Amino acid sequence: MITTTLYSLTGLILFGMGFHTLIIHSHPLRKILAVNVMGTGVFLILVATAYVPLGQGDIDPVPHAMVLTGIVVSVSVTALALILACRVQETSNLALLKRRNQRKETKETRA
Amino acid sequence: MKTGTEIMGKIRNRHKRRDAFQLLFLILVFFLMALLGTIFSTIPVNNPGLASAVASLQTESGVESPVTAVLLNFRGYDTLLEVMVLLLAVIGVWSLIKAPAPDPETEISPVQMGVVRLLAPVMCLVAAYLVWQGSHLAGGAFQGGAILGAAGVLLLVSELPWLRTVPASVLRFGLVLGPLCFIGTALGCLFLGGELLAYPEGTAGWLILFIETACALSIGLTLALLFAGGRPHENVSRGDIP
Amino acid sequence: MFQADTPAWIIAPVVLPLIAGLFCFLFKRRIFIIALAAALANFFVACFLIYQFLVFGSMRCYIGGWQPPLGITLRADGPALLMLLMTAVTGLAVTLYARGYFSCRIADSERAGRHQRQQRYFWPLWMLLLAGLNGLFLSGDIFNLYVTLELVAISAASLAALSGKPASQRASFRYLLISLLGSLTYLLGVVFLYRTCGVLDLDLLRNLSGNGAGVRAALALLTVGLLLKTALVPLHFWLPPAHANALAPVSVILSALVVKGSFYLLFRFWFELFSPIVTQAGLNFMGALGAVAIIWGAVQAIRQQRLKLMVAYSTVSQLGYLFVAFPLSRAVEGAQVWSIVIFIALTHACAKSAMFMVAGSIYLHLGHDRIRDLAGVRASLPVTVFAYGIAGVSLMGLPPSGAFIAKWMLLSSSLVSGQWWWALVIVAGSLLAMVYVFRVMSRFFVIPEGEPLKKPAALSPLLEWPALILALISLSLGLLAPWILHILSQGTVGLVRVFPGGLS
Repeated sequence: MITTTLYSLTGLILFGMGFHTLIIHSHPLRKILAVNVMGTGVFLILVATAYVPLGQGDIDPVPHAMVLTGIVVSVSVTALALILACRVQETSNLALLKRRNQRKETKETRA
Repeated sequence: MKTGTEIMGKIRNRHKRRDAFQLLFLILVFFLMALLGTIFSTIPVNNPGLASAVASLQTESGVESPVTAVLLNFRGYDTLLEVMVLLLAVIGVWSLIKAPAPDPETEISPVQMGVVRLLAPVMCLVAAYLVWQGSHLAGGAFQGGAILGAAGVLLLVSELPWLRTVPASVLRFGLVLGPLCFIGTALGCLFLGGELLAYPEGTAGWLILFIETACALSIGLTLALLFAGGRPHENVSRGDIP
Repeated sequence: MFQADTPAWIIAPVVLPLIAGLFCFLFKRRIFIIALAAALANFFVACFLIYQFLVFGSMRCYIGGWQPPLGITLRADGPALLMLLMTAVTGLAVTLYARGYFSCRIADSERAGRHQRQQRYFWPLWMLLLAGLNGLFLSGDIFNLYVTLELVAISAASLAALSGKPASQRASFRYLLISLLGSLTYLLGVVFLYRTCGVLDLDLLRNLSGNGAGVRAALALLTVGLLLKTALVPLHFWLPPAHANALAPVSVILSALVVKGSFYLLFRFWFELFSPIVTQAGLNFMGALGAVAIIWGAVQAIRQQRLKLMVAYSTVSQLGYLFVAFPLSRAVEGAQVWSIVIFIALTHACAKSAMFMVAGSIYLHLGHDRIRDLAGVRASLPVTVFAYGIAGVSLMGLPPSGAFIAKWMLLSSSLVSGQWWWALVIVAGSLLAMVYVFRVMSRFFVIPEGEPLKKPAALSPLLEWPALILALISLSLGLLAPWILHILSQGTVGLVRVFPGGLS
C-alpha cells in the first residue's frame, strides 16, 4: 500500500514539474520534454494503480495495457512535435532556438 | 530618445516582474499538486479493478499473458486506434518536411559497420522472439516493434547506401501493412461471427499472433521512419494526382 | 451476415473512414474518389443509423462480444447520432469544397507541386480525423475516448500545419502542445476515476461514481482538459491563429467539427455521467465563462482587419452560447438542455463552415482577405456572397435558423427562472454578431468609384455551391426542429418539453 502511494505521489510530482516547465519556459524543446515528463508522471500513477492489495495479490492488467497505449501515443506525438519545432525554427525569422544566444551577442556588442 | 541605461532598467524591471510571476505560479502548482496528492492518497481502495474479470475470462482469450489478452482481445479496439495514431504521426511528419539528405562527407568507421552487421540480425531475431513470447509472457507487438525500430535507427545512422533507394511505395505499403491486417482481421470476424474483433472460437491465439506480427513490422518501420524525419526523397508529389 | 437491426452497423462510421484513410495514404492516384466514396458512405450510414434508432431505440455494440466492464461499448443515442449526422453532412460538403479548392490552387499557381503535395496529404489526414471524430461521438468507454481524442488532436494539428506558412506552423505547434496538455489532464482524470471506481465503462461509472472527493477531482481534471481543447475563454488563445492561418478546407474542419467533439464530451460528462455531483455554483461558473466568451469573442471579431480572423473570433464567441446553456439547465426540464445545445452546435457547424468556405473562395479570387479591400466582391462572386449573407443570418440567430430556436429557449428559460442577466448577454451577443457580420457585408456591396462593374468570376462550382447549401441547411434547421426534437426525445420518453413559452 505504501509503495503504491509513494509511486503515485512521485507521478503527481512529475506531472506538476512538467506542467510548470511547460508554462514557464518558452524554448520549444523544453516544452516538448515537459509534456513528456507530464506523460511519464501519469503513466507512473497508472502503473501504481495496477497493484491490487485485495484478493490473491493479482496485478490488474488493464492499467498496464492503458500505459502501453499511452506510451505509443506519446511517442508519436513527440515525434510530430519535434519535427514541427524544427520546421518552425527553419521557416520563421524568430529562430526561437537561437534567440537566447542572439540576445547575449547584442548585449556584448552594446557593451 | 531613450538612453541605454533606461532600456536596461526597463528590461531588468520586466525580469523582476517575471520572476515574481514565476514564483507565484510555482506556489500555485505546488498547492494544486499537494491537493491532488492528498485526494488521491485518501481514495478508499475497495474495488478490485478489472483484475478478477480478466482472470476469469483468460482461458477464452486464446493467450496466456493477461496484458496481451487485454490489448488484443478484450480491448482490441483501443489498440486498433492506437496503431492508427502511430501511422498518423508518420503521415503528419511526411506532410511537413522532406527527409534531410545524407551528408556525403561523413565517414562511417569500420568498427561501427562491423557492430551494425553483427547487431542488426540479432535485433531482428530478438524482435521476432518478443512477438512470439507475447502470447504467454511480457512482450508483444509494441516491444518487438520497438526493437525493430531500434535496428532501423542503427541502419540509418550508419548511412547504408541501399536505404536511400528503397522506393517510397514500398515504405508506404510497409507502414499500412499492420493496420490493414488488423482491420482486415477485425472485419473478417465481423462477417464470420457477427461482432467486430470477436475471434471465432479456437482461432484467437493464431489470429492474435498474425496481427501482432504484422503490427510489429509496421511499428518498427514507423519508428525508424520517424527517426529519419521526413518523407522519402523520391518526389511523391510529382504527377500523383490525376 | 448482418441484418438491418444488427448493432454492428454502429462501427461503420469509424471503420469506413479508417480504411479510406489507409488507402488514401497507400495509393497515389484517384485519392479523391476514395475520400468522396467514404464521405458519401459515411453520410448514408449516419442516415441509416438514425432510421434504425427511430425504429429500434438506442443501440449498443459490444466490440469483440465482450460485455462491460471488460470490453469496450459503442453506443448510439439521440445526441450522438445527431452529432454524427452533423459531421457527415459538413464532412461531405468539405470533401467537395476541398476538391475544388485544391484544383483551383493547382491550376492557378506556379508552385503546383507544393499544392499537389498538400492535397496528397490532406486526404488521409482528413479521413483519419473523420474516423476519430465519429469514434469520439460513439464511444462509451472513458479510456477509449482518450485514444480518439488523441487521434483527433494529432490529425488536426497536422492539418493545421499543412499550409506551410511560418505563421500556420507556429500556430499548429502551439495547438499541438495545448491539445497534449489537455489530453494528459484528461488522462489524469481517467486515472482518478479508475482508482475510485475500478471500471472504465461510462454506464457503469455513472452508477458507481458516488460523491467522493476522488470523483470530484476527476471531474475537475476532465473538465479542465476538455475546456483547453474546446477553447473557452480564457483558454481560447490558441484558436484564432490556428484556425485563421490554415488552408480554407482545414479551417472549416477545425472550426466546425473539432471543437464540437471535445464540447460534446464535456457536456456528456456534466449532464450524464457526473450530474449528481454537479453543483449550481459550478454551472454558474461555466455560464459566466461562456458569457465572457460571447462578448469578448464578438468584440474581437469586430476589431479584426482580416476576414478569416474575424470568422475565427466569431467561433470563440459562438462557443460561449454552448456554455451559457449550463446554468439554465436546472431551469428547463430534462433533455431540453440537450436540444438547446444540439441546435446551437448544428447551426454553428453548418453556418461556420459556410463562412470559412466563403472566406477561402474570396481569398482564392482576390489573393487577400483584408476586409477593407473587399469592395465589389458581390458583383464577381454573387453565389458566395449570398452564402455569406445566409450564414451570417444564421449566426445572428434570426428566424428560422436553428440558433433562433436555441436562443429563444435560452431566453425564455432565463426569464422564467428569473436569471435575466443571461438573457442580457444573449441579446447583446446577437447584436454584436450583427455588427461584425454586416461590417463585412456592407463592404461586399460597395462599388468602388471609377471602376467598371466586375463580371462574375469563373470559380469552380465546387467552391461556391457547398457553402451555399450548408448555409441554407443552417437557416432551415428551425423548420426541421420537430424532427430533430423527435430524435432527441426518442428513448427518453417525456423528457423533452418543447418551447416553454409556447410557439409550438
